[in-house]
Amino acid sequence: MTDSQWPLWEVFTQGDHGEPFEHAGSVHAVDGEQAMQNARDVYARRGEAIHLWVVPAAAIVASAPSDAGPFFDPGNDKPYRHPQFYKAPKGVKVF
Amino acid sequence: MFEFLVRLGDDRLVIGHRMAEWCGHGPILEEDIALANIALDYTGQASALLALAGDMEGKGRSDDALAYFRDETQFRNALITELPIGDFGFTIVRQFLFDCHSVLLWEALAACGHATLAGIAAKAIKEDTYHLRHSSEWMRKLGDGTAESHARVQASLDTLWRYTGELFEHDAVDDAVAALGIVVPHDTRAARWRSLVDGVLREATLVVPASPGPMVTGGRRGRHTEHLGHMLAEMQIVARSHPGASW
Repeated sequence: MTDSQWPLWEVFTQGDHGEPFEHAGSVHAVDGEQAMQNARDVYARRGEAIHLWVVPAAAIVASAPSDAGPFFDPGNDKPYRHPQFYKAPKGVKVF
Repeated sequence: MFEFLVRLGDDRLVIGHRMAEWCGHGPILEEDIALANIALDYTGQASALLALAGDMEGKGRSDDALAYFRDETQFRNALITELPIGDFGFTIVRQFLFDCHSVLLWEALAACGHATLAGIAAKAIKEDTYHLRHSSEWMRKLGDGTAESHARVQASLDTLWRYTGELFEHDAVDDAVAALGIVVPHDTRAARWRSLVDGVLREATLVVPASPGPMVTGGRRGRHTEHLGHMLAEMQIVARSHPGASW
């Protein structure tokens, strides 16, 4: 059975200035303007956002479940890749 | 002033209720939510306007009392707002014609000499600017869409055109509020409305009916179509069955 729905768009919302855009969900729409309006009505009607991004879901390249082993497992036992082992030079403000 | 506010409030109460009839029946989930949002915006505007009307009247009537305990002949909405929803295209064309009118009206009222009304207008104009963006986009999509969608919205436009004149009528009520610093220039507003409408119709490949017939009017004097009574019966029954109930 073929999908009779309009194309899928992923919606990202920014809650406040300086905050990262976060994935809010998805909408169906035939073009960007309609995707933007649907995103506004579905995900931003209660004052949740000050900015919106809509992205065609087809434009997103996602890692596959089979990538999980080679991509992510090797990172689990390499704490030295975190920066906390470095001493900050004098004069640098440490956050 | 009471009469003026009730006209504004009833327009939005009635069109808001018609729009709300789409809840659960929208063509797609996202649009269903959009229609309900817009319905609630208009109902919210109605609430603010009728509450202010009740204050001005000074007889202790609340917005709820005005919305739910007046009868058909006491409603002052324009007839275009009370027509049944028809198909999705009909609803969109009605909404588009009304949104254009409403945005321009709020623009005038945001600068009026009555502080509370100007405040309501300043908030409402943002809502209606979005409503207009929503209905304009659907006008383009349906008008410049398939042969069937084009035919349907053109037929809706032909039917609805005769109801648009009432939105720009000027009478003694307008003169009375003008004395209070509330000036709504209907003539220039009608011309701006027409150019707004024409712009979108052109993009939507739709045309204003060449001979639509005389404008239909009467709502401002309480003379309504057969449809309003049925709508009010449904809208008011809960409030009238349980007077004073809150939820």
